[in-house]
Amino acid sequence: MDTFLFILFATISVVCAFNLVLQTHPISSALSLIGVMGSLAVLYLLLGAEFIAMAQMIVYGGAVMVLFIFVIMLLNAGAEKSGGKSWFAQILGLPLLSAFVAVLAFIIRMVLPATSPVQFGSWVGGTAADVGKAIFTTYLLPFEIISVLILIALLGAVVLAKKEIE
Amino acid sequence: MTFFIVITLIKMAIVFGVFMTTLAYLQWVERKVLAHIQSRTGPLRVGPHGLMQPLADVLKLLTKEDLLPPYVNKFFFLLAPFIAVSLALISIAIIPFGPAVPIFGGRSTYLQITDLNVGILFILAISAVSVYGIALAGWSSNNKYSLIGGLRSSAQMISYELPLTLAIVAPLLMANTLSFRGIVDSQGGYVLGFIPRWSIFQGPFPQIFGFLIFMIAGFAETNRIPFDLPEAENELVAGFHTEYSSMKFACFFMSEYANMVTITCVATLLFLGGWQPLFPAPYSNWIPTLAFLGAALLFIVAIPRRKWDRFTYPVFTLVMVVLAAIFAVPFLQTYLVPIFWFASKAGFLLFTYIWVRGTLPRFRYDQLMHFAWTFLFPCALVNLLLTAFGVSIFDK
Repeated sequence: MDTFLFILFATISVVCAFNLVLQTHPISSALSLIGVMGSLAVLYLLLGAEFIAMAQMIVYGGAVMVLFIFVIMLLNAGAEKSGGKSWFAQILGLPLLSAFVAVLAFIIRMVLPATSPVQFGSWVGGTAADVGKAIFTTYLLPFEIISVLILIALLGAVVLAKKEIE
Repeated sequence: MTFFIVITLIKMAIVFGVFMTTLAYLQWVERKVLAHIQSRTGPLRVGPHGLMQPLADVLKLLTKEDLLPPYVNKFFFLLAPFIAVSLALISIAIIPFGPAVPIFGGRSTYLQITDLNVGILFILAISAVSVYGIALAGWSSNNKYSLIGGLRSSAQMISYELPLTLAIVAPLLMANTLSFRGIVDSQGGYVLGFIPRWSIFQGPFPQIFGFLIFMIAGFAETNRIPFDLPEAENELVAGFHTEYSSMKFACFFMSEYANMVTITCVATLLFLGGWQPLFPAPYSNWIPTLAFLGAALLFIVAIPRRKWDRFTYPVFTLVMVVLAAIFAVPFLQTYLVPIFWFASKAGFLLFTYIWVRGTLPRFRYDQLMHFAWTFLFPCALVNLLLTAFGVSIFDK
């Protein structure tokens, strides 16, 4: 059952990711991205990280993508026109991409140590309490630094928007 | 395992049937209550006191012509009502209606389809994603009124999600769990023997403010008056669903009412103690019987003003007496009394929704945003801070 669900949602996420690149209309691309986010959340859930799965859905599937769609709708962006592709990209694009992916996979295999096989749902420590404890004890410093970073970005956005109005 | 699957399927069938009936009759109740607020009679022709009106409405919507305007973006136009209705109906799966009850063969089951240990986050995730239905409907219609409706609704839902979530966090701090069942269990018992330990009454900082913030933000999340800007009919025709007809329109209609039911259920669970009764146990078991007997008495005393009332009033009296008798059976009380308390609290909140619709005018758009960001959001933050402070001092 777990394996079946994994294969199903892994396929959905890969298909959605391809669709995201292939679609010409920004709204279709954004919706494909939501599909990727949603199927990733299911994969997290299968691994036993229920809090991360829900946070993925609320933050990425909900807040971030709603903002994307909102901006696309507000600007009323039309479909993208595929302009003149160079002969170089048309001929050598696919072989070069495959070579790049192969090199990347090889390097990852070489650099990262061999890991034990993943068992579905065997990992405990994905509850909200565990995640909270980890954030506020072990990873307190990175967490606080990230929150300050986000605050700076927020203030920057406010300052930029204010200048525009004046 | 087989037992689990069978009992879950039975529960799903019951919950689905009751939920759908509730949605259909909620609309009838809304029309009736609004009518009486405005000194009208409301639906009266189909069945006694218009009780068959929902059935007639469903038939009407089913048989109407399903228009597909030529200028719409077909795929997204068809996808939008599907997203809206399926996400609206999914949340009821994790709402608990009662505690564990014994069933045949010495086993017991919960009056709930399933319990998640991240239940409240699941509800938030669903509500965060459900905005796409409305936004896509507005955009794919290729119509300026629909587009403005969809934009307004996305902006409104993003803004009001903030105070809503902050208001939810405060009772979670007191309950110390994210599962709905755990939240309700933590609200059982009585202070001094008579004040129920519901979040709204008790805690280091009384949650009545949190409850009010939650309800106000809930009105905005469900696009109801006074925050129904996305479908303001005097400005936007019908907002995001202007171009929809027949069952596609019914899908949006149904999702609006389903969202209303979900929000009231969550408010009941978080703030009003779910199925926990208002009085200590031995007395509270007889409240439903007394309530139905009171309703029966009302139909006996009431003077029939219309000719057919002379036939309908005795029938209603009989129905109420039978219900009172059912609730008086000790064996059935285990199952029905928790559901009665849950349904009466959620029902009261639903009535409040309709009441507000009949009472308040619509906000202007800038007032709506101003209210969310400069009043509701700071209030929710202060409430959360005070609650966290109180919990850290008194509970540990």
